[in-house]
Amino acid sequence: MSEITALSASALADALAAGELSSVDITSAHLERIESTESTLGSFLARSENALDVATESDARRKAGSALSALDGIPIAIKDVLCTTDMVTTAGSRILEGWTPPYDATVVRKLREAGLVALGKTNMDEFAMGSSTEHSGYHVTRNPWDLSKAPGGSGGGSAAAVAARQAPVAIGSDTGGSIRQPAAFTGTVGVKPTYGGVSRYGVIALASSLDQVGPVSRTVRDSALIHDVIGGHDPHDSTSIPTPWASMTEAADRGSAAADLSGLRVGVVKQLVGEGIQAGVKERFDQALELMAANGAEIVEIDAPHCEYAVAAYYLVLPAEASSNLAKFDSVRFGLRVTPEGSPTVEDVMSATRDQGFGDEVKRRIILGTYALSAGYYDAYYGSAQKVRTLIQRDFAEAFEKVDILVSPSAPTTAFPLGEKLDDPLAMWAGDLTTIPVNLAGIPGMSLPMGLDPDDGLPVGLQLMAPAYEDARLYQAGATLERLFGERDGYLVADRTPEVA
Amino acid sequence: MSEMTPDAVRHLAGLARIALSDEEITRLAGELGAIVQAVESVQSVATADVPPTSHPIPLGNVFRDDQVGDTLTTEEALAGAPDHDGSRFRVTAILGEEQ
Repeated sequence: MSEITALSASALADALAAGELSSVDITSAHLERIESTESTLGSFLARSENALDVATESDARRKAGSALSALDGIPIAIKDVLCTTDMVTTAGSRILEGWTPPYDATVVRKLREAGLVALGKTNMDEFAMGSSTEHSGYHVTRNPWDLSKAPGGSGGGSAAAVAARQAPVAIGSDTGGSIRQPAAFTGTVGVKPTYGGVSRYGVIALASSLDQVGPVSRTVRDSALIHDVIGGHDPHDSTSIPTPWASMTEAADRGSAAADLSGLRVGVVKQLVGEGIQAGVKERFDQALELMAANGAEIVEIDAPHCEYAVAAYYLVLPAEASSNLAKFDSVRFGLRVTPEGSPTVEDVMSATRDQGFGDEVKRRIILGTYALSAGYYDAYYGSAQKVRTLIQRDFAEAFEKVDILVSPSAPTTAFPLGEKLDDPLAMWAGDLTTIPVNLAGIPGMSLPMGLDPDDGLPVGLQLMAPAYEDARLYQAGATLERLFGERDGYLVADRTPEVA
Repeated sequence: MSEMTPDAVRHLAGLARIALSDEEITRLAGELGAIVQAVESVQSVATADVPPTSHPIPLGNVFRDDQVGDTLTTEEALAGAPDHDGSRFRVTAILGEEQ
């Protein structure tokens, strides 16, 4: 048997079922891997203290014939934006330093009920505001492919942990690309489900009309396995979709068994492959289209003119909603309290706390959001941005009358150097142009590796997009494509991740 | 419209309850001016005939029976608070001396 941490969650589940490995074996291997690589990578903000106990319980259940699910005993890393009763939860912010929530997020509860073993909480940009994880209030996370590069963001911790085999699978959250862009930068798979497909109860809110939780993994099937565990209706989340979902795992299995892509109509959104795309990314994208066409897919060019306004609309909607959501960090119920000298009022205490507890990017977006929502400007900014959402939704609806899935590069570039965009928010935000339209429209999106950039040798991500509710389509097409890329290249990108000392 | 003065930022920071330093206010005034200019493009296509979308998936109000559900105990609710008296959150004075 190959090294445990190199195995997919799917392969580990098979080994557990066959009695070849125990959860303690698997969990120990990943804990050791974290121990030996974490000082280099910085993927985690908190580590579980009871992972081995949970693994021992899992082994006892399996021995007694009462395993909770096929994934009972499989370790998982969890983005620090999800509440966990047994680990500190900060969303990457100093304002929540040391806070242990009194309840589990529904996603965390579902993972525990399926027997998964939480390894720790992964690093992220503060309150998920950022595209490089450098806006974490704690430390940077390094990209395992090149330690001088960012792992993407905001979910850089989850992506780096999975790429570097610290965990077989992880949970992320995606408001404007925070699962898909880090997946692209680290050669992993990440899925943003349909808005409302996965419960957000216990997920610290960034922008409530955009946020969605999803899986991070090294294979399409592993993301499907996790999606099936965490998805579905939750009465605790009023935006949760009540209709039942198809099995994503079955869709992935259909996809990997399919001979080719015959009958699949693939749309290329021309606004998402225009200016600003790195040459190597464009080359791999064109090769991916050729591969799809050679395997029976019909490639159709799609015009979605309003995608050009997506970044602008997003950076009004998001700050507006974030400024409201983050009002709860007021020094009263949880987290930091800073009391100025003299006889301060509660308002003085709140203002001092929020100044000290929030980082620069969070302050920038709160002030921008406060402006966009203020009397006299609301219609011009937030109102106009909401209209752009309608136009983008119409563009997608029209596109999906002609094609089954849409594709684009997941990100315009490969991983950029740490520090490069830190002082230029507009440059940082411009990199989200390919992922943002998906969140504005509420549709599902997946990033999977489509090769390495011939110039810098870093992973390049392919984004697949499907109509709302059609997440299974991503897994089916994604699994076929993953196999075709593997057959073409002779390897999977995730298996080429450099060894991290 | 995209003019963002330090006084405007100071006013917004007051509304958002963030005690920004003068240095932060100066820096943010410059940054936000450029940002607002960049996002103003949404107004060019947001014409009167386009309805706004507040929520990407159409959902109606969600109701439940008026029964006590899962709730936190007082102890749990207070557990993460910076200060409390055992049954309530404790804060400093609501009103200042001049009020």
